Amino acid sequence: MTTAEASLQRTSTVSTRYATFMSRHASLVPTFAAVLILLVLLVGAQVQFENFLTPGNLSALLLDNAYLVVLAVGLTLVIITGGIDLSVGSVMAFTGILCASLLSQGLPAVVVVPIMLLGGGAIGLLIGVLVQYFNVQPFIASLAGLFLARGLAFVVSLSSIRVEDPAILWLQRTRFTVGEWYITPTGIIALLVVALGAVVMQWTRFGRTIYALGGGEQSARLMGLKVARTKILVYVISGVCGGLAGLLLTAYSGAGYPRNGIGTELDAIAAVVIGGTLLTGGTGYVLGSLVGVLVYGTIKKIISFMGAEQAWMQIIIGGLLLLFIVVQRVIVARSQRRT
Amino acid sequence: MKRIVRHRLFWPVVALISLIVINTIARPQFIGVTVRDGELYGALIDILRNSAPLMLVALGMTIVIATRGIDLSVGAVMAVSGAVALTIIDGSPDPEGVGTVTIAVVTALAVALVLGSWNGFLVAIGGIQPIIATLVLMLAGRGVALLITEGFITTVNSAPYSFISSGYIVGLPVAFLIAAVAITTLALLERRTALGVLTEAVGINPAASRLAGVRARGIVFSAYVATGLLAGVAGILYSANIRAADANATGQFIELYAILAVVLGGTSLAGGKFTIAGTVIGVLIIQTLESTILFLGVPAAQSPVFFAIVVIVVVVVQSPQLHAWVRKLARSRQSANTDAPQKVKVAS
Amino acid sequence: MPADTEVPPVVDMSSITIRFPGVLALDGVDFRLFPGEVHSLMGENGAGKSTLIKALTGVYAVDSGQITVAGQQRVLTSTSDAQDAGISTVYQEVNLSPNLSVGENVMLGHEPRKARGIDWRAAHLEAAHHLESLGLAIDTRSTLSTHSIAVQQLVAISRAMVLDAKVLVLDEPTSSLDRGEVERLFAVIRDLRAKGVAILFVSHFLNQVYEISDRITVLRNGRLIGEHLASELPRSELVAKMIGRELDELAALSSVAEREIDRTATPVLRATGIGRQGDLEPVDVEVYPGEVVGIAGLLGSGRTELVRLLYGADRADTGQIEVKGTSARMTSPRQAIDRRIAFSSEDRRGEGIIGDLTVAENIVLGIQARRGAMRRIPRAEADAVVKEYIEALGVRPADPSMLAGNLSGGNQQKVLLGRWLATAPELLILDEPTRGIDVGAKADIQRKVAELSARGLSVIFISSELEEVLRIAQRVIVMRDRRKIGEVSPQETDLSGLVEYIANKTEETAA
Repeated sequence: MTTAEASLQRTSTVSTRYATFMSRHASLVPTFAAVLILLVLLVGAQVQFENFLTPGNLSALLLDNAYLVVLAVGLTLVIITGGIDLSVGSVMAFTGILCASLLSQGLPAVVVVPIMLLGGGAIGLLIGVLVQYFNVQPFIASLAGLFLARGLAFVVSLSSIRVEDPAILWLQRTRFTVGEWYITPTGIIALLVVALGAVVMQWTRFGRTIYALGGGEQSARLMGLKVARTKILVYVISGVCGGLAGLLLTAYSGAGYPRNGIGTELDAIAAVVIGGTLLTGGTGYVLGSLVGVLVYGTIKKIISFMGAEQAWMQIIIGGLLLLFIVVQRVIVARSQRRT
Repeated sequence: MKRIVRHRLFWPVVALISLIVINTIARPQFIGVTVRDGELYGALIDILRNSAPLMLVALGMTIVIATRGIDLSVGAVMAVSGAVALTIIDGSPDPEGVGTVTIAVVTALAVALVLGSWNGFLVAIGGIQPIIATLVLMLAGRGVALLITEGFITTVNSAPYSFISSGYIVGLPVAFLIAAVAITTLALLERRTALGVLTEAVGINPAASRLAGVRARGIVFSAYVATGLLAGVAGILYSANIRAADANATGQFIELYAILAVVLGGTSLAGGKFTIAGTVIGVLIIQTLESTILFLGVPAAQSPVFFAIVVIVVVVVQSPQLHAWVRKLARSRQSANTDAPQKVKVAS
Repeated sequence: MPADTEVPPVVDMSSITIRFPGVLALDGVDFRLFPGEVHSLMGENGAGKSTLIKALTGVYAVDSGQITVAGQQRVLTSTSDAQDAGISTVYQEVNLSPNLSVGENVMLGHEPRKARGIDWRAAHLEAAHHLESLGLAIDTRSTLSTHSIAVQQLVAISRAMVLDAKVLVLDEPTSSLDRGEVERLFAVIRDLRAKGVAILFVSHFLNQVYEISDRITVLRNGRLIGEHLASELPRSELVAKMIGRELDELAALSSVAEREIDRTATPVLRATGIGRQGDLEPVDVEVYPGEVVGIAGLLGSGRTELVRLLYGADRADTGQIEVKGTSARMTSPRQAIDRRIAFSSEDRRGEGIIGDLTVAENIVLGIQARRGAMRRIPRAEADAVVKEYIEALGVRPADPSMLAGNLSGGNQQKVLLGRWLATAPELLILDEPTRGIDVGAKADIQRKVAELSARGLSVIFISSELEEVLRIAQRVIVMRDRRKIGEVSPQETDLSGLVEYIANKTEETAA
């Protein structure tokens, strides 16, 4: 390929516009695809079951999956650096049962919630240190985190613990309504996390360093970026998101349960990938992961509308994941051939 | 002496022996083996029998990891395999018949082979990253298993089927013998054929192997097929043990334990050189550790904490960082020179 | 313009010594860099060139000696130390983030910021400004990976300028550039030089070194041999200083190449119109039994692409291939191997040697792969083959159980050669077999190739060193800009004639 000196004199032909767009934002295409799929699903469902697109249902879409949204945001950051965090489901369960347990022992919510977040962050810190300072592969390091969190969850309690604390329950029970649309504090928290994530990724040096890491750790280091700090921090953030998700899930279900979240990390990874983040790192958007979670939630709802067994949920998500991977692969192979 | 210490199986063996010694001190009957009706019993025998499913899965995982891949779907394949076998037995007019059981087992293994081929196809032909390719089956597989059992936990009473997991032949547990056959077969294949060294070549440097004429695709494909088959056998062992097909619980987390066993045994996750013997020892370590934890009265659900610690200790000990620190400590104690040279290579 | 030596040097390294386990990489080396000059550091493999550069850029810490930058003594123990001292490096692999935009790559770490975060508008404006001062007018919002290596390099240089570098180290910058891109890079370098930047230029292309450098420092075996003005150091003297012996020894091989080739026989390989979109324009190639065909051309001319198509390592879009008269579709290396063609890649480490396997396993790999995975070559047979080639090629150390990755470059090449020779090929394709290896091993390999072709083996030989190609081949295919521009007979031309041939044809096609 000869030098691509894109001309700054814009001839407003469609092809030039397209070429410029692609040279700048090619990584947005997978996310657009995700949005498209979401729209297709929603419209299709509406056609099929006439009362699908009600404000009530759509509001529930966010709230039933608020915990997954928060997990997905943290996971997106980790995956963009080229790593992975398998512990998020277990961290969510651990902090959830810890919350329920501490509340039942009389500690006020104001104290318990920070402890949860700290707990999640601590496990994230452990993973980050293993990855950065001991050169352990993220897969194995987060595996250790998974084991640790899951085991600790059962150490806290072998069975579920109900939550009676009004502050926590308020998070889920309260609804702010606009007409028939509603949102609960948990939903607001989830959306805030998404917004925060998007802002950080786009407008802070920390966020841009995350992208740079995904482009190549060696290069990022040679560019003088704070690689070690950033890498550890993304895992801490993922852990804190796990803690926050634990809070949201506990509020949602009214109890802590050590068996929560088994396999949730897979759902989160699937949502992130469907949302347009490449597992190889370097590209991806937090907003895309939100779309991915919505796709996930929509499919779940469609399945329950169809009265089909929940088993189909896993098969479809698996199939969708495969479809996205194959398409991503084809696109990558094509663009490699061109250069 | 140095050569023994440097041998890569040294530390795994030491770890296993230490565990056995500690256990024996705590409960001397640990290494006791009793003979009843010509069959062996005892804590050690239990370990050999109970480790069989993990052993099979870990063996397959070793090969796949050697090709620079990974197989996250082994638990799901186990679930499907058990579901297929038990559904056939449950639906047949003669659940106690050896013929029925044979058909059930063969069909289940055939399905497992197909699933393994699916993974192999995605990775070797489709060029898809192994972690994602097998993630798909990991997600979808359990759904498939649930569909086969129609959401229920199918239970059967079938003496021939239960024999697979709790029976004895020549005094040894059948489950253990099955695992032993798998180990021996793989070891023979590695020794007698060039599969071992070619797999290592593919894992260490796929590009160079391709140019050298190695049929990399075939080797990678076979690795996943083998893993699928082994997972299928493990699924049958597991369901025979609990006499049921529980699509959700079967093989839960087993892929993680398998990977841990492989890492404990000394095979690198980065691919390339692998050791079957190492994985065997790794599995035994895990099983012995599990047995120890249970003996200590720790609820089984909490045992992952111990394994987390094991994983962390192992990877920290194996990490080059630690060795560099140790060497620096040793050197700064030796030389009077305070400027300890740090040859930290940034650019490769 | 040569530097004014009345001005103090911007970099002064004195008595630098660096030791690694078992080897003294640098032994009391002095090195000076003046502002406003282009300085080349020359030396063969193992001379200590890259070690010295790594000491300057903070990758290695020195065991003894001092480094002074801009009058201040510095201890450089990390790359950020070097950067803070004003030393910027542009590596061969262009260490930037391909997934980020051009502007971001230039500015990341130093972006203009507002209260609410990064000010992208200002960042892109500033980046465009810096790029323009290098003569580069590209869309700063475009993703870096959409641009060629040449452009990416200039972006990297631009980043260095943002960091206000006083010293710019260019490590093999022209390896992936075509002639036009090299010209542009040199224009930028001259411009920076005029602005007072000190440039350390590392390259193995002698022509380019002489074209751009003001001064040359030569290292050999970890010692400083001399520091000279480029205008006062003739090429032959430079090479002599680098290798420490006369060139005549290598010239003695020339006699072997002059042989009669029967070109009426069926060619071992004939390719007509072989090409691949974006990599190679359609080319015709013939190789006759016992012939050594050289392929000459500058980097990027398509030599490697051509032989990879002939071998099936890459798939051709157009053209036909005939092996010994029979038509063949080369869609994978296996098919080439089945037809007794062998290929030694230019990327010895990445596509040749399997580092974690032993020398023996590497040598046997070719014949084992051909025999298939299920039929293992018996121990006795394998040992015999390994022993034969270790001895015949002079692999040092002669230990079959040594890990191939621990051998020196020259010995790795020999092991690779052994692997292929063991398969008894009829056509052996060697891509840059002598690149980056010491002179002794170089001579060994050249001699072996000549010997084998005399016994009937056909060889395709690619080398960046035109003298080598002329010395070994009976016929030379010349390539330029991804197409074949002609063939030359070594008996009828010499080095300058060949260079002329390449240069002249360029002007014709440009018209």
